[in-house]
Amino acid sequence: MDSTILKIDNISKSFPRVKANKNISFNIKRNTVHALLGENGAGKSTFVKVLYGLLKPDEGFMYFNDNLLNIQSPSEARQKKIGMVFQHFSLFDSLTVRENLILGIDQDMSFSDLQKKVNNISEKYQLPLDLDAPINTLSAGQKQRVEIVRILLQDPELLIMDEPTSVLTPQEVKSLFKTLDKLLKEGRTILYITHKLEEVINLCDEVTILRDGAVIDSSKLENETAESLATKMLGKKLSEIKTDYDHIKDSINFKAHNLAQNFNNPFNTDLKNISFEVKEGEIFGIAGIAGNGQSELMNLLTGENVDDVDGSITFNNTEITNFNPKKRRDLSIAFVPENRLGHSAVPELTLAENVLLSQFPNNGFLKNGMINYKNIEIQAKKIVDEFNVVTPGVDAKASSLSGGNLQKFVIGRELISMPKLLIISHPTWGIDAGAEHTIRKSLIELAKNGTSIIVISQDLDELFEISHRISVIFNGNLSKSVDTAKISIAEIGLLMGGKGFV
Amino acid sequence: MFNFLPELKVRENPSSIMNFSVPVVAVFLTIVTGSLIFAMMGFDPIFALHTFFISPISNTYGISELLVKATPLALIAVGLSFCFKNNLYNIGAEGQLTMGAVIGGGIGIYFHDTQGFWVLPLMICGGAIGGALWGMIPAFLKIKFNTNEILTSLMLVYIALLILDYLVVGPWKDPNGFSFPKTRKFGDSGRMPLLFSGLRVHFGIIITLIGIFASWFIFSKTMLGYQLKVTGFSPVASRYAGFSQDKLVYIAFIIAGAFAGIAGLGEVSGPIGLLYRDISPNYGFTAIIVAFLGRLHPIGIIFASLIIALTYLGAEDAQLFMQIPAAVGFVFQGLVLFYLLGAELLVNYKIVLRKRV
Repeated sequence: MDSTILKIDNISKSFPRVKANKNISFNIKRNTVHALLGENGAGKSTFVKVLYGLLKPDEGFMYFNDNLLNIQSPSEARQKKIGMVFQHFSLFDSLTVRENLILGIDQDMSFSDLQKKVNNISEKYQLPLDLDAPINTLSAGQKQRVEIVRILLQDPELLIMDEPTSVLTPQEVKSLFKTLDKLLKEGRTILYITHKLEEVINLCDEVTILRDGAVIDSSKLENETAESLATKMLGKKLSEIKTDYDHIKDSINFKAHNLAQNFNNPFNTDLKNISFEVKEGEIFGIAGIAGNGQSELMNLLTGENVDDVDGSITFNNTEITNFNPKKRRDLSIAFVPENRLGHSAVPELTLAENVLLSQFPNNGFLKNGMINYKNIEIQAKKIVDEFNVVTPGVDAKASSLSGGNLQKFVIGRELISMPKLLIISHPTWGIDAGAEHTIRKSLIELAKNGTSIIVISQDLDELFEISHRISVIFNGNLSKSVDTAKISIAEIGLLMGGKGFV
Repeated sequence: MFNFLPELKVRENPSSIMNFSVPVVAVFLTIVTGSLIFAMMGFDPIFALHTFFISPISNTYGISELLVKATPLALIAVGLSFCFKNNLYNIGAEGQLTMGAVIGGGIGIYFHDTQGFWVLPLMICGGAIGGALWGMIPAFLKIKFNTNEILTSLMLVYIALLILDYLVVGPWKDPNGFSFPKTRKFGDSGRMPLLFSGLRVHFGIIITLIGIFASWFIFSKTMLGYQLKVTGFSPVASRYAGFSQDKLVYIAFIIAGAFAGIAGLGEVSGPIGLLYRDISPNYGFTAIIVAFLGRLHPIGIIFASLIIALTYLGAEDAQLFMQIPAAVGFVFQGLVLFYLLGAELLVNYKIVLRKRV
């Protein structure tokens, strides 16, 4: 019964400037849920990429069912009965579920055979699918279902789940856990990658903790508590985050009134009469499942796409509806969009060069159209120091930093200007608990100093931790706002599913 | 489906040394292939390569001719690099060159019997404006109607050539020219001063060097260069920064057009001295190769322009001494571009042969 399905022996993998995996060894027991816990940047993603054949290890071996595992590509991994559900879905948006399933399997199969197999799986695991629905009409939970069914078509013995709950509503998480339970009962093994301690405690049998690319501990969960796991994962204890309402002033400095925008295409969500107000020093949270108009709303708030917008945005009595991002920055409004690489930072440029991307008045970066590289470098160094960005230097390319470190840098770049309004989308998306904690704390600190903050996020824990008031966006509509202290996670969860909208 | 075909895979860490040596490798492979072609045509490859690459520049006159050819190539290429860095594929430099020559040359014809130091600068300005206006058309169409600039800029080349054609056979025809399709000659004040007596290398080369230096300055020191760079890497980040995309499209096309226009004017007011049909042996198209061979870097473009200029000279010598068509020069240019693109691909991707399952 207690046999080992996967034995990891001394795996190491280096990238230029970083050793992402250092001599990783641990065993996964058959028919268990094994958690791989660690902050982002701890080396989890690198490790699973090695395991799934996307990267080659520099040294070390893996044994799957006591056979040496030597795979060159994901399709070989799938042939060997190892399947993986990625954190970022690998589906074609414009194709239907059926087409995506056919594309994802390696052997030739007719549509009718596929139909039969899919029906079997759907019934057995209660994973209903509409085969003819285009992917872009599905919710995140449904997309994940497609991914899972696609993997189950290959009948894997070992299933790797990479941060599977990061885009799901609380209700969807529950049904995912039910599915995992069924898979386990059939004798399959699950490697569950996460940075959320709760999930490890609720779901897993054993846990391996990674920190800085090395295995810190690998043990049975019975011996662990949330605190002991957190300490091992982070290396140090985290102080608790507290938010209070006392410092919020009565003056409203940001108003969105009846914002509406039509796109006439299936890849965007039309916005309908969105109105909200933010007081000075207040953190206003916007919850919702991805694809309900968040990115469209974000583009309106930053000024990146204000084509054909109805309604108005006012900031400190200035109407800024049609201002571009630069003009908004001149009024001391700062933005941090969701994507780091290629949006809030250019991966090909150095950190110092990336400082120049968001320019606030009086920062002395320019002199008659010429760039003052000295000032930029000083500013970049200041950001790196103040926000504890781990980097070999400010001349390192943005792409060489881990997600958490780059996010700290980007947020630092915006906060260091002491903006009067900060608009931030998914501040801690895909980053480690340590960086997450630092970022949330600095947001609360900023609000205390009088900055208004608008946070768009799917992470309910985060919104409940930091925001004073909260609304839910669903299908381009924004719900009435409520004080975060006066609403439960379950109620918000229902709103996120579209229940309770007028 | 197509399981037998080899597959291209992204390299995890492309070698930066290989990346830098791409142009060198491309030139080397071009020479190897070239000697093979010569050998198959029955020539001694050493003799042929010597005729093609060494003898054209074995005396001062040859060096001067090399510079005469490199002058427009480098200027156009460095202008094009503003577009290419911004992911705007301006293929129409030949048209912008032609319109620069038409407007600047028109001024030269109008003032053909006027003396004055101001005539040439006026013509140069005319050349820049002509090229810039022609370059603005694809930019305008792209911004207003989202047209593809590759197609519009290319189509405008043929329109420009036909306009020139019409002018030299029609209204601007030399009244004393025995009905040849050419205009009258510019006056002395309308000609580029020669730098050395007896050699054709002219003041245009100074303009080219100024253009190259100015471009280097813009790219590395100014906000405009930074904006172009960011937009080229990531349009989304550029929008986030608040850079005006439309403005950058216009600026890139105006600079490219103006540089090509000045190059065209340099040709007609330099070696040629009047307007006629064939003012440019495809400099505007060849400059695209120069720009990429020089890796869109001003210094690289200087070297690239010299190499490509040599293929023009080599082709002429090969025609004289080996009796093979001058078109072989274009073969060499094509080979350079082919190997350049191929080498670049292989630096970033590797070929993986599929195993039969």
